[in-house]
Amino acid sequence: MAEAEPVMVPIQDELDIVRARQEGRQLAKDAGFGPVDLARVATAISELARNIYNYARPGTIELKKIQRGSRRGIQVVAQDHGPGIDNVEEAMRDGYTTSGGLGAGLPGTRRLVDEFEIVSRRNEGTTVTVRKWLR
Amino acid sequence: MVQKIPILKIGEALIASIQIELNDESAVQLKEDILNQISATGATGVVIDLTAVDMVDSFLGKIVRDTAFMARLMGAQVVCTGIQPAVAITLVELGLELEGVVTALNLEQGLVRLAGMVAGGGGNG
Repeated sequence: MAEAEPVMVPIQDELDIVRARQEGRQLAKDAGFGPVDLARVATAISELARNIYNYARPGTIELKKIQRGSRRGIQVVAQDHGPGIDNVEEAMRDGYTTSGGLGAGLPGTRRLVDEFEIVSRRNEGTTVTVRKWLR
Repeated sequence: MVQKIPILKIGEALIASIQIELNDESAVQLKEDILNQISATGATGVVIDLTAVDMVDSFLGKIVRDTAFMARLMGAQVVCTGIQPAVAITLVELGLELEGVVTALNLEQGLVRLAGMVAGGGGNG
């Protein structure tokens, strides 16, 4: 089946965080998501984009509609070439924060989506892929 | 690019209704504007109305919580109103329950709540 054309949003300055979540919300709306899932998707994108902005800018947020069998959904890939995360397991624990935030970051984001994958290599960067499926 | 949220004064209360999608800088500006307005006007209460807000991430959540705690240090009470169902669900899933922040269903109930808090002098009453 044909893959939808992805939308790429570069994350360089702070306003790009807003741009990424607006593009993501629009795409998710087009895909048929309701208001609660739209808020989940927009919030997840916001958290991922802010991680890039805070620790590893510039990076990109890639958004696209996806299909697997009869399921349809949206995929968000947050990619940077920053310092990488030393201890991914630790970063995925609730309450972990290095920025003085509320520590919702990655573990909070994982709870908002259906699938969450993270690959991080020291001095090479981090790629986080999340997917949300239509119910 | 900072967008200013207008802050209205009605009686002893300040009202800030967020009607636009806030970027981080504008959220920080709003926090500072509210605190400065408390100082300048002697307001004893603040309502932050989130009725038109369709997404609160960890950054904006922290700003709201910080603003409430900072205002309390100055002697003013903050009530957050109008949190939408989707926002409430997302906040709890994200792990941001905003403990210690007083909330009310809508602006009207927020003002009633505020009047009670100011009269009673309590933060959580």
